[in-house]
Amino acid sequence: MTTTSDVEGAAVRLSTAPEPVGPQRPRQLMAPVRRTWRQLTSMRTALLLLFLLALGAVPGGFLPQRSLNPVQVQQYVAQHPTLAPILDRLSLFEVFAAPWFSAVYLLLFVSLVGCLVPRIRLHTRALRKPPPHAPANLSRLPASARWETALPVDEVLALADSRLRRWRTVRHADAVGAERGYLRETGNLVFHVSLVLLLVGIAVGQFFGFKGTVLVKEGNGFANAIANYDDIHPGRRFRESSLVPLNFGLDDFRATYGADGKARTFDAKVHYSPNADAAPRPYDIRVNHPLHVGAAKVYLIGHGYNVHVIVREKDGQVALDDTVGTPCLPQDARFLSTCTIKVYETRGRQLAFEGAFTPTTVQDPNTRRVGSAHPAVQDPALTIVGYAGNLGLDSGVPQSVYSLDKTRLTAFDGGTPHLLGPGEKWDLPGGGSIAFAGITEWSTFQVTQDPGKGIALVAAVGIVGGLCLSLFVRRRRMWVRARAAGEALTVVEVGGLARTDPDAFAAEFDEIVGRLRDAVPEPATATTDRGDAATWQS
Amino acid sequence: MAELSDSLLFVAVLAYALAMLGFAADAASRRATRVLSVAESGQLLVGGGGPPLLVDESPPRTTGTAGTAAMALTLVGWLVHVGSVVTRGIAADRVPWGNMYEFSSAAALVAVTGFLVLVARGRVETSLGAFVMLPVVLYLGLAGTVLYTAAGPLVPALNSYWIKIHVAAAVTASGAFLLSGVIALLYLLRARFDERTDVGEAVRFPVSLGRVLPSAGSLDRAAYVVIAFAFPVWTFAVIAGAIWAEAAWGRYWGWDPKETWSFITWVLYAGYLHARATAGWKGRKAAWVAVAAAAALIVDYYVVNIFVVGLHSYA
Ligand code: HEM
Repeated sequence: MTTTSDVEGAAVRLSTAPEPVGPQRPRQLMAPVRRTWRQLTSMRTALLLLFLLALGAVPGGFLPQRSLNPVQVQQYVAQHPTLAPILDRLSLFEVFAAPWFSAVYLLLFVSLVGCLVPRIRLHTRALRKPPPHAPANLSRLPASARWETALPVDEVLALADSRLRRWRTVRHADAVGAERGYLRETGNLVFHVSLVLLLVGIAVGQFFGFKGTVLVKEGNGFANAIANYDDIHPGRRFRESSLVPLNFGLDDFRATYGADGKARTFDAKVHYSPNADAAPRPYDIRVNHPLHVGAAKVYLIGHGYNVHVIVREKDGQVALDDTVGTPCLPQDARFLSTCTIKVYETRGRQLAFEGAFTPTTVQDPNTRRVGSAHPAVQDPALTIVGYAGNLGLDSGVPQSVYSLDKTRLTAFDGGTPHLLGPGEKWDLPGGGSIAFAGITEWSTFQVTQDPGKGIALVAAVGIVGGLCLSLFVRRRRMWVRARAAGEALTVVEVGGLARTDPDAFAAEFDEIVGRLRDAVPEPATATTDRGDAATWQS
Repeated sequence: MAELSDSLLFVAVLAYALAMLGFAADAASRRATRVLSVAESGQLLVGGGGPPLLVDESPPRTTGTAGTAAMALTLVGWLVHVGSVVTRGIAADRVPWGNMYEFSSAAALVAVTGFLVLVARGRVETSLGAFVMLPVVLYLGLAGTVLYTAAGPLVPALNSYWIKIHVAAAVTASGAFLLSGVIALLYLLRARFDERTDVGEAVRFPVSLGRVLPSAGSLDRAAYVVIAFAFPVWTFAVIAGAIWAEAAWGRYWGWDPKETWSFITWVLYAGYLHARATAGWKGRKAAWVAVAAAAALIVDYYVVNIFVVGLHSYA
């Protein structure tokens, strides 16, 4: 591009990019503050902060993160005893909650707001202002043309004005100024404002949102209250009263698998009601198909098996016969699952069983170890070790239902596992028995409430829409000047510039000039050389 | 049908490889004739004992027979490639971008489409062909061998209409970004070539390749045009992914490794667009940002899928 100050002046005003920070003479007390502020809201700082943001996210993309997978972090720490503590001190296992990461994006957004406010002011002013005066020398603009005509000055300008129909034009005494593509800057501002809005939406979700998970067995139900969850993540400002009223029961869970053991479909059939009075309605919760109730959504996030066992005491009295079963926790992709069964409502000694459930059982002929070959129930078995004694529930220390306190328990048969097929029974030494009566399934559900989601979605629409306008609309200016040059001779000069995509503008410019020349013909005896028509310098 | 798709891809790669040779031959012959014609016109300068310099800034560029044949081969390869992607979709009875192999093939198709559009619109000259076809051929070769996966159904989390939208957008943007990465690298090469020859320094391979490249200005603009197209598409892909994640996992963003790298890629391209608007960052520095962003994209798709465990580890 030609770099006369004239052109630069005309071009620079096409952009609202913050002006570069030059050396400034501090005159008052506030000067250093102002200088820092200008520095912070400069384009260069924005660029630097963007790079820092990208760079800061890199360890979060390579190292295991506590928020995603705490077990993986533990493994990593165990494997790297010297390096891991250093990484941990730098918050590299929780990058996205790290103070330095927050500092970077908060600075970026401060810079963004500081940059947006004057840009919005400038743009609203530009929207109301007519296009600027023509530069003195139109031929120095990136695109220019010149010819002579017999039409008088006024008529030429009127024609030019009317030909530039979709442009915003202004008539001056000797020239017409025209401008187009204000939507580019509007889109750019909408985009950047939407970025701020997105951050607001995320923050609202973080503060006022809620996430909880619960395991529900087939045949059982759930009522939405904090106490009924297995695990909760409330936002800092979340109140229990904001929990959406909701009851649901799991009627049936079904998973289908391919021959290779890979899951094909998961389907949890539930009945739900938003309040106690309403009749329960059926719904299929599937992956990608959550249940919506008011502001809450219920997702299916996991599943597993329950084993139904019937435990009898010495005298034949039934001590445990829960048809919905005891949940077993899957340990691998083929659903070898660990089970812990505690029998505490006994008249004599308390009983406990610990072992594995395998839906498709395979046994190593040498080691006798059992495993599962497929996640579906094809050849189920329960392999357990039995205990008798005191479960320690009276000690007052809360216990997990998934683990046994063995301090006051003695194992049967020295801890030898027994394998039970469906319907099979193990007669316990010293009387009593355990029978493997059946299998049911459980699902884990996640209930979420995110009041910031709507804001984030609106912001997302603004981001994409604003971006398209800001990248595909071209802002450009043109001037047509007409000057009387002797008797019945008018010199027409046209100049134009665009800040982006000069190639496309060149084509548009040539076309407009072509149409103008047709409307403003040269005198029959023209002496102008056609070679001086539209020129394009770049 | 699946075998047909595989054979078609093989034919497409063959056509692209031949096209690459054609483009290279064309570039080589053009260079020879150009030096000759400039020499005849007496415009050859000999600077300080150095090699002859061309002073002609914008030499006439007409495509020779080899170039025309290469363009035709590229078109044929493109058509066959489209056929391969379509038959793959029919074979698997779903959209043909469900695993890394399919994703790579579709992304390469977008890159070649982008190149054809740039040439058709007169944005770049065909002389770019050899440099675009070389990575495309290597990329497809890798996809067809290392990443090959037999056509099959999807795991439940992928079974959503959002996959069609999200992945279609991601494939389109990725293909275009990869193309822009190649163009940005060529720009850097050409800019280095210009810089050296301007001061009369000798240039050696690979900088000497700059001689057959389009002008630095046109490469810079082409890279921008491609990125300006791909960036909103990528933004949309990330947002569609967030909407899909919200439906599948109950949160729209969770800094899963894949999400993290998509974010890094996005921020770097935003950096590129800013760099182009910042004094002192235009030109070469911006081009390096474009190259870094393309590298982040490659990490996002290949390194994360293969080496990092996350919710997205499916293929
Ligand atoms: C939150 C991080 C930011 C992101 C992701 C971002 C992203 C973008 C993108 C993608 C563009 C390209 C659109 C176009 O070319 O019209 C752009 C343009 C622009 N951005 Fe940002 N931006 C951010 C922060 C900022 C900040 C802090 C400033 C102020 C210093 C700023 C000022 C600008 C300006 C002036 C343009 C237009 C450049 C031009 O005139 O071509 N942005 N931004």
